[in-house]
Amino acid sequence: MARAMTRHSEAQSIPVSFTLNGRLHEIEVEPHELLLDVVRDQLGLTGAKRSCDVEVCGACTLLVDGRPVSACTTLAFEVRGRSVLTIEGLAEDGKLHPLQQAFIEHGGFQCGFCTPGMILAAKALLDENPNPSEAELKHFMHGNICRCTGYKKIIESIMAAAKKMRVKA
Amino acid sequence: MLRRFRLEEPQSVAEVSELLGRFGESAKVYAGGTELLLAMKEGLVQYERLVNVKNVTGLNEITVTDGSVTIGALCTHHQLETSAALTEKLPALKKLEQNVANVRVRQVGTIGGNLCFAEPHADPGTLLIALGAKLITEKSSSKREIAAEDFFVDAYETALEADEVLTKIQVPVPAANGRSAYLKFGYLERPSVGVAIAFNLAVGCAGPAPRRVAEAEALLEGKSKDEAERNLAQAGAVAGRAAQAISDLHGSQEYKEHIVGVLLKRAFQRALS
Repeated sequence: MARAMTRHSEAQSIPVSFTLNGRLHEIEVEPHELLLDVVRDQLGLTGAKRSCDVEVCGACTLLVDGRPVSACTTLAFEVRGRSVLTIEGLAEDGKLHPLQQAFIEHGGFQCGFCTPGMILAAKALLDENPNPSEAELKHFMHGNICRCTGYKKIIESIMAAAKKMRVKA
Repeated sequence: MLRRFRLEEPQSVAEVSELLGRFGESAKVYAGGTELLLAMKEGLVQYERLVNVKNVTGLNEITVTDGSVTIGALCTHHQLETSAALTEKLPALKKLEQNVANVRVRQVGTIGGNLCFAEPHADPGTLLIALGAKLITEKSSSKREIAAEDFFVDAYETALEADEVLTKIQVPVPAANGRSAYLKFGYLERPSVGVAIAFNLAVGCAGPAPRRVAEAEALLEGKSKDEAERNLAQAGAVAGRAAQAISDLHGSQEYKEHIVGVLLKRAFQRALS
């Protein structure tokens, strides 16, 4: 048992080279380190929030290669060679992304705790389906929980952003 | 918080099996991690090592052969919900996959992990039993097939041996398209009850493990539509009992048994429509 415990606590370091918000990062992580902790505590990007911690609420949503994942339950080494987007990387040249702008204009948030995850999930949706029906939007977004807005204004915000992005494209 | 563990990254099924054999209960297969990591974070289970199987090639493909669809154990729910092969050959499974948990879980969670973790409230096992699926498993030097209905032993317990690896799921395609259905009901993240009809009839989520209900099948199979419809209530009652429903946060035993009957009736109608 004693030997097993020793082996258990030996640190194992995994080199992780990945792109974070468009910039290449080379870090080392241990196998058990979670992506959310690495991004928040090591890299200082606190947009993604720890809330339910069980992949249900969506507050920790990050995009990995454009697809949403729960950073609270993603091992950090899994982003080796991949591209990670956090809410901090969404605005370009100081200009807010149409989704961010729409959430402001349509009152898509109140306390704002769920908003980074909400906006990133919505981005993944619109990248895959630029013209979603309201039913498709609700199906995609049902894993992101908001305790303030009652969702109506979130849906309006995403629909408005979708329209703007289609015009732009 | 996760406790520290070591990571093994084998490249072949034989290596995975060898590692599992060598480290026994102190090691666990890790694929998508959507269920395993939660249990580890909660401290419900603890492993000295995780064996990451995602570098093993050839286990994330969906292939269609004569009368069956073969699904690699590493296929994610997202891969399945967007698969053209499933749309054409196994629409009920595709629809089920579209409704597994949420978009983030579907993105990384694998079908093989879902089956092997054997969480009682998981959906796929129930439909795969109804579809008469076979689970293909391998060890370092041998291979076998386990019928889906024999795979689920109890809650979180499968027929897999310690060094055995689930590699593929082979699903027979129902003769006439659409003659299968899976319906679930629940108001929490995970479903309270699931009922599937295809070649077989199966119930899940309500009790410790998904189960085939041959006694209810006998009331419907080979009967005229009218006769089968008359027997539906009785089949529902039989299936309700067979579900071994447990009273918990998802509902009382009695309530779940009732819902099994309701879903069976609806699944029957959907499978025929």
